[in-house]
Amino acid sequence: MPEATNPRASGMQPSTNASTSTTPPPTCLPAAFTLHGVYQVRAGITVVDGVEVDIPHGEIIALVGPSGAGKTSLLRLLNRLDDPAGGEILYRARPITDYPVQALRRHVGFVFQSPVMFPGTVRDNLQVALALSGHQDQDADTRMAEAMALAELDHTLCDRAGDRLSGGQQQRVNIARALMTAPDVLLMDEPTSALDPETADRLLETTRRLSREQHLTVVMVTHRLAEARRSSDRTIVLERGRIVASGPTADVFGRTTDPRLRAFLATEP
Amino acid sequence: MVPFDSAPTASRAIVEVSWFDLGVAFGLILIAVGIARWQGVGLAQRLVIGAMRAVAQLVLVGYVLVSLFALDRWYLVVAALLLMLLVATQAAVTRQPGARRRLVMITGVAMLVASGLTLLYISTLVVRVAPWYNPQYMIPLFGMIVGSAMNAAAIAAERLHSEITARRAEIEAYLALGAHSHHASHHAVRQAMRASLIPTVNGLMVVGVVTLPGMMTGQILAGASPLIAIRYQIVVVFMQAAAVAMTTAIVTLWYRRTFFTPALQLRLETEERLSTRD
Repeated sequence: MPEATNPRASGMQPSTNASTSTTPPPTCLPAAFTLHGVYQVRAGITVVDGVEVDIPHGEIIALVGPSGAGKTSLLRLLNRLDDPAGGEILYRARPITDYPVQALRRHVGFVFQSPVMFPGTVRDNLQVALALSGHQDQDADTRMAEAMALAELDHTLCDRAGDRLSGGQQQRVNIARALMTAPDVLLMDEPTSALDPETADRLLETTRRLSREQHLTVVMVTHRLAEARRSSDRTIVLERGRIVASGPTADVFGRTTDPRLRAFLATEP
Repeated sequence: MVPFDSAPTASRAIVEVSWFDLGVAFGLILIAVGIARWQGVGLAQRLVIGAMRAVAQLVLVGYVLVSLFALDRWYLVVAALLLMLLVATQAAVTRQPGARRRLVMITGVAMLVASGLTLLYISTLVVRVAPWYNPQYMIPLFGMIVGSAMNAAAIAAERLHSEITARRAEIEAYLALGAHSHHASHHAVRQAMRASLIPTVNGLMVVGVVTLPGMMTGQILAGASPLIAIRYQIVVVFMQAAAVAMTTAIVTLWYRRTFFTPALQLRLETEERLSTRD
């Protein structure tokens, strides 16, 4: 999936921006996402409260925070599973709403906390994504083999029914399926929460390798601080919908002086 | 073998049921009440009230039909049909989980279109009712059509809601891959349509073998030849199948739209879902 390595090569353009053709291409890749004063309200409760942050291209960003901090709510805004109640989200320096929503979602993949298997085999699951990607003309088997290899999924599982796989295998199928559309961003909502520690470690290693080799931007919600510390390049700490710390992971974990934050970061569920 | 269009062979004098006879029939309700009391299911009083209501409603409708037949005015017949449609719509949406205001409109329009087209087809091409509004035909035919459509609408709406709720994760997984809401919800829609159509399909399979439909039974009891009665019953089961299929399709496909925003986002009971999220 070479197009995933270069967001501009993937052919998606904003749907309603007449200036697209006249704007000179940026000399370096813009941030994958830029959030300006984003807030979200659920059932009268503000769950994301004025978030301002840049999510750089090609890095792994960990979203951490206590339960109810707004991590999942924020993640869902990035491929428009939900829209914010206010503020602005830019994707590749353009408002996220300028892109056709289906095209946006093919470029911003989402891996859910609990793996979701579509009916049928692993192959069927991947073919659904391939059909949606609009790349059916290419060799389907090759693309599936590539995606399975990237997700470190044993190719012999191709014809196994999805519901007969282990939790870890299902989560890898979900990652492979998300990769079938050649995304340049992968959003992961606590992808390891249902896995045993060993499987979780291997999945995180896969994620790191994907980011490194495919130049994939990964935004990962996790409540396991050790995962964030070990796997991410940058960490964003949310509390009650607000960002209370953000920056390179080493800085966030090692240099914060806020005693409350230090106490939170010292916990390990 | 009796020729299909032979003269009625069972035309005998109709046994008229008197009010005294109805009082005797009420004894059957008392048996049901006795069983309910014996087992303490707490429905004895409701059984009596239900029986009284049934008597009152049927007596009332009997007099209304007599009046409609006697007055023989097209606008009164149309008004009666619309009233039947309104009551059926209300019955179909009552007790729907997550019922929305739009569901009333969806169900009403679906039943109007499906039942209206079916009645038009039957009355002009099959039974060839004259005059076109003849209440003796239009009201019972429409009643049977709209009754089936009402059940289909209720099942389709309820099942679609429950399927979409149960398949929320699957639907959002499709949407997250860039699927359109039609694609994302196709399993839910298919299940809802199947659930709505299966009673009709099963009915077609066993009609006359396991069940003798009420209309056919009524005609036979009223002295008509069974060979005439079955012809009407065939017409009835066909028109019910058409009305059910059309109602199911309209309700399911239209109601589905209400679960998605223009940006292809799934929306259920928003507050409940979102308040439990992180």
